[in-house]
Amino acid sequence: MNPVGSLFRASIGKKFLMAATGVVLLAFITGHLVGNLQIFGSPDRINGYAHFLQSLGPTLWVVRLVLLACVIIHITIAVQLTLENYRARPEKYDLNHTIQATLASRTMRWTGVVVFAFILYHLAQFTVGWAQTDSFKSRLPEYTMTADFHLMGFPVVAKNQPVPDVYSMVYLGFANTFVSLFYILAVGLLSFHLAHGADSMFQTLGWRSEKWAGLLKRIVVLYCVLYFLASLAIPGAILTGVAKPAAGTYAAQKLTVAAAPAAVAPR
Amino acid sequence: MVAESSSSQAISVTLRVWRQAGPDQPGRFVEYPARNLNSNMSFLEMLDVVNDELAVKGGEPIAFDNDCREGICGTCSLVINGKPHGPHRGVATCQTYLRSFHDGDVITVEPFRAKPFPVIKDLIVNRKAFDRIMQAGGFISVRTGSACDANAIPVPKDAADLAMDAAACIGCGACVAACKNASAMLFVGAKVSQLGLLPQGQPERDQRVRAMVKQMDAEGFGSCTNQYECSAVCPKLISHEFIARLNRDYLKAVIRSAFTPISANASSAAG
Amino acid sequence: MAKLESRIPSGPLEQKWTRHKAEIKLVSPANKRKYEIIVVGAGLAGSSAAATLAELGYPVKCFVFHDSPRRAHSIAAQGGINAAKNYQNDGDSVYRLFYDTIKGGDFRSREANVHRLAEVSANIIDQCAAQGVPFAREYGGLLANRSFGGAQVSRTFYARGQTGQQLLLGAYSALSRMISFGGVRMFTHSEMLDLVVVNGHAKGIIVRDLITGEVTRHAADAVVLATGGYGNVFNLSTNAHNSNATAIWRAYQRGACFANPCFTQIHPTCIPVTGDYQSKLTLMSESLRNDGRIWVPKKKEDCRKNPNDIPEEDRDYYLERMYPAFGNLAPRDISSRAAKKVCDEGRGVGASGLGVYLDFADAIRQIGEAGVRERYGNLFDIYHEITNENAYRVPMRIFPAVHYMMGGLWVDYNLMSNVPGLFVLGEANFSDHGANRLGASALMQGLADGYFVIPYTIADYLATQKPGLRPKPEAAEFQQAEDNVRGIVTRLLAVRGKEPVSHFHKRLGKILWDHCGMARNAAGLKQALQEIPRLREEFWSRGCGVNVPGDGGTLNQSLERAGRVADYLELAELLCRDALERDESCGCHFREEHVDPEGECLRNDEQYAHVAAWEYQGKDRAPLLNKEPLTYESVHLARRNYK
Ligand SMILES: Cc1cc2nc3c(=O)[nH]c(=O)nc-3n(C[C@H](O)[C@H](O)[C@H](O)COP(=O)(O)OP(=O)(O)OC[C@H]3O[C@@H](n4cnc5c(N)ncnc54)[C@H](O)[C@@H]3O)c2cc1C
Ligand code: HEM
Ligand code: HEM
Ligand code: SF4
Ligand code: F3S
Ligand code: FES
Repeated sequence: MNPVGSLFRASIGKKFLMAATGVVLLAFITGHLVGNLQIFGSPDRINGYAHFLQSLGPTLWVVRLVLLACVIIHITIAVQLTLENYRARPEKYDLNHTIQATLASRTMRWTGVVVFAFILYHLAQFTVGWAQTDSFKSRLPEYTMTADFHLMGFPVVAKNQPVPDVYSMVYLGFANTFVSLFYILAVGLLSFHLAHGADSMFQTLGWRSEKWAGLLKRIVVLYCVLYFLASLAIPGAILTGVAKPAAGTYAAQKLTVAAAPAAVAPR
Repeated sequence: MVAESSSSQAISVTLRVWRQAGPDQPGRFVEYPARNLNSNMSFLEMLDVVNDELAVKGGEPIAFDNDCREGICGTCSLVINGKPHGPHRGVATCQTYLRSFHDGDVITVEPFRAKPFPVIKDLIVNRKAFDRIMQAGGFISVRTGSACDANAIPVPKDAADLAMDAAACIGCGACVAACKNASAMLFVGAKVSQLGLLPQGQPERDQRVRAMVKQMDAEGFGSCTNQYECSAVCPKLISHEFIARLNRDYLKAVIRSAFTPISANASSAAG
Repeated sequence: MAKLESRIPSGPLEQKWTRHKAEIKLVSPANKRKYEIIVVGAGLAGSSAAATLAELGYPVKCFVFHDSPRRAHSIAAQGGINAAKNYQNDGDSVYRLFYDTIKGGDFRSREANVHRLAEVSANIIDQCAAQGVPFAREYGGLLANRSFGGAQVSRTFYARGQTGQQLLLGAYSALSRMISFGGVRMFTHSEMLDLVVVNGHAKGIIVRDLITGEVTRHAADAVVLATGGYGNVFNLSTNAHNSNATAIWRAYQRGACFANPCFTQIHPTCIPVTGDYQSKLTLMSESLRNDGRIWVPKKKEDCRKNPNDIPEEDRDYYLERMYPAFGNLAPRDISSRAAKKVCDEGRGVGASGLGVYLDFADAIRQIGEAGVRERYGNLFDIYHEITNENAYRVPMRIFPAVHYMMGGLWVDYNLMSNVPGLFVLGEANFSDHGANRLGASALMQGLADGYFVIPYTIADYLATQKPGLRPKPEAAEFQQAEDNVRGIVTRLLAVRGKEPVSHFHKRLGKILWDHCGMARNAAGLKQALQEIPRLREEFWSRGCGVNVPGDGGTLNQSLERAGRVADYLELAELLCRDALERDESCGCHFREEHVDPEGECLRNDEQYAHVAAWEYQGKDRAPLLNKEPLTYESVHLARRNYK
């Protein structure tokens, strides 16, 4: 069997692919979170950043394709392994007993499915605009940069340039309670997924040993808690009004109007 | 608390035992009372007593596997109240005593359940899949008489000790029975690690791990999702670190094989 | 009268094996493929033999009643394996190992066999290390040794407390390899129930599939039995639940002589019986006797008291009293007998009254609990697991238990029985341990037989057999043997009695233990010889004897056991007969009539320096005693003295 074949066919090969794609996805969501946290800064930052990403052109597509491939591989193999594992025990125990398998490890399939549903919704909402069409970035007035936007010291977007208003899109999107709650649920389950996944992938790659398993566990838990809190903060803060859109942005206009109907002059 | 002096008490329990006449027959639970037993009796001795009573009454005794009754042969199986090998850590079914249960308990006894371990009868399962995995490569090829002096190849003490930890596996299959995925990774990991840790095992190292994993997959065991139930029930407390080792060895072997040119003289004989 | 030709090669002792190998007949590689060999058993002896014979090119069929060859009872051996490597540079040599073994066996084994055993012992270690057996090592990476069983040199190799397991798994891996190459066809869950003898030669076996009940015939050019020991004839022993005598017993009934059946080794440090339900006895390492002091109360009425409440002056440290020089370290048989004696006096402790204290209080006082834990922690744990008692607080209770059978089928120097073509290896034969086996030498013998003896010696027989002429399974002899097997099964099922198999096994065990156990005398043996046939009759009596539920067409564990116990009921008689016939004390065979003034074994070399090989004469006829004289060319017949 050639090595690629054995990766896709042998159980351990498949597990390796799960872990490898997991690493990529983990890296992506970590970076993505850092990007998303810019929402708490000036609208210039997230909008500039989003614009910069969009302007990458072919590079963006390469990244998207890699991500897409990872998600597809990750999920396909997850489904395959789940089915195989299911078949490996056709007759179930009458009495089930768990000694030390964590809840997270036993619910990977379900947390994964919810996360996947979330990704679909998320793309529909923020990337292609099929959900919440009204507040999709292309429907919103463009945002004019108030200053030059630098990324790692390089100027990437110039002052006064009009860019899509991702800032407002996010604020408007999360103004919907259901959407926000779904986000919170999804990132919660994702963190839970990772609580097992990020630890497990070291074992799968053969880099886990009892000598540092305890430390690893702690790092993973810390990471997951931080990831959850930071991700929760975005929809959470917007929904509860702790974070308010910057004055002058489109979102500020819309949300103030919505929040204080009394102030709206009768037509 | 450790008893200072053994006090035996009478204990009565109800057994809920899986009865299945043969591999393709349907099975069901049947309840048997076990009354006034000595709490120092072993679980299997209780089954002996229940069976003797059953036989005399004209019933068919419960079939269960056992041999050494001292935790080393790996023959005994049984899932007791949902736990392969019963309530205690690092202990096989045959070393489980009635004092671990309470008077009046209802104890559910099931066979190991996994597709590669089909039920033969009642509580006995067929574990030949393990033998076939061993046949695929769980050995060092050394013809009798061809070995060099045992001290010609020193083995670092740490490696020898760790190899012994792995080698302690009794091949009982409880790891498979406990794993939510019915995976055999702990059993295979233990053997691959034992031989891989020793200098004697190096020449066949890559070939061995690939062949054993291939056979493991072919037998229909599930794949590991790192839940560590296996090491928790293992009567010899084999560590799941050996699974990590197996993963690493396997990946290395696959990668190495991809970049190793094939010798023109390579014979087709392989192990 | 059987012909007992020992085929001991001529020449000086040290050269016999080398010469024999050089002079023995060979089978050419091309011809090897044409012979088929049956190996029954896959313990140390069987799997090493099957693997090696297959490596040589013989097609091998291997049969075990277990579900896997890895489960043979060799797996349970803890202590270690001897080899004359002299890695410790403490003066060990082939001769020393040879001499220790001969002397340990109280001069009732064959010099030539034992010397060969000592010679090949070193190769065993090489072979096993190469297979990946994780022997204990020193920091420098070289093999470690411990001393064992009174030997004055350190020659025992070990793998933690699981030496037998590791050696067996090594042999099993070699066997697995040959199975995957197609050299060995493995039959698990297959119990040999008869030997097929054609024209006086062993040419096949009859096997019952324990799962389907199917009875099949297997023809071969030679049959190798490596079916282990028959200690379970005593019901309670340190053997596995399913270890049995059936294969050798049925071979005996086909004409193979049974040698020294009564030589039974009883191990002094086992965990005592706790109740009538008990199925098995567990061995504790003898090393405990290094630091523990053995005692019983002086007064009977103290036996039920908490031992810690019994004052020092009311304790009888009987070994220290009787054997001041060796004290608690007196040899296995001596300390076993002493324990029985004090229990017979009514001074035994524990619920059953069959136990003596092994007390660590002094040791704890001297080296502290931590010190004791460091040395024996795992043993204390096992003890606690089984008895639920904390031996750091209350003394351990120990009692002797049946452990190893030195007797077995008679074999010549080639390990062939008096039935040509039938070879017997491992504990199943009688050959190397005489009247007593030294610690750590059974593993050595099993592997020596399988790896290094049979692969050569079997050729000596096969070369006399034309290839391709083995009988067909359709032959009349096979039919007859198959009928015999079916007959036994049918008869067992037809008894439809009242008592479970275990009932008879327990009663038989008690008779043997009482009359043919640690100490024997003519009166007791004669009594046993009357009781055993009566019990046997009861077993078989329709309507009230043994109850075997179920049928013969499926997995039926009661039927399996019934067949084994039926054989024990016959074998037990032979045991007692042999013990009665051997009117001397030697090694483990302690006849109360023959003691020296110090109360020790009194051998009678004039009359009993022989192997007693019993020959079957038919169902209701007394067996015939054949004697193979033991002649000693190299060693001087000394007295064992442990005072
Ligand atoms: C608890 C214990 C501890 C010991 N410790 C030591 C020690 O430390 N050192 C030492 O040197 N010795 C020790 N011994 C002794 C030693 O272990 C045995 O004598 C030796 O292992 C026997 O090996 P074997 O190959 O002859 O038989 P076994 O290992 O008993 O194998 C018998 C084989 O025959 C098969 N078989 C039997 N009957 C049939 C049949 N009718 N049909 C088909 N198959 C059959 C079985 O399936 C099995 O495979 C110990 C023994 C015990 C019980
Ligand atoms: C609170 C959490 C999140 C917020 C606020 C958020 C916000 C956004 C926004 C605003 C975009 C669009 C960027 C643009 O149009 O340029 C986006 C794109 C995306 N997000 Fe998120 N996201 C969150 C969580 C997640 C999570 C958990 C995942 C994955 C599991 C994810 C995966 C993606 C992907 C795949 C894209 C598309 C990138 C592309 O190819 O253009 N997001 N996200
Ligand atoms: C951004 C999205 C995701 C990330 C970052 C992620 C990450 C991971 C990681 C790191 C692992 C561990 C691999 C290993 O054990 O070695 C893993 C395992 C797994 N993931 Fe995901 N995953 C994601 C999405 C999904 C989705 C959408 C699904 C399901 C539909 C899913 C299902 C699984 C399953 C079943 C496992 C295997 C369980 C295990 O190995 O213990 N994951 N994931
Ligand atoms: S790894 Fe443990 S549980 Fe699994 S077969 Fe070996 S001893 Fe049994
Ligand atoms: S329990 Fe199963 S999931 Fe893996 S770690 Fe053990 S094989
Ligand atoms: S019966 Fe041998 S391990 Fe339990």
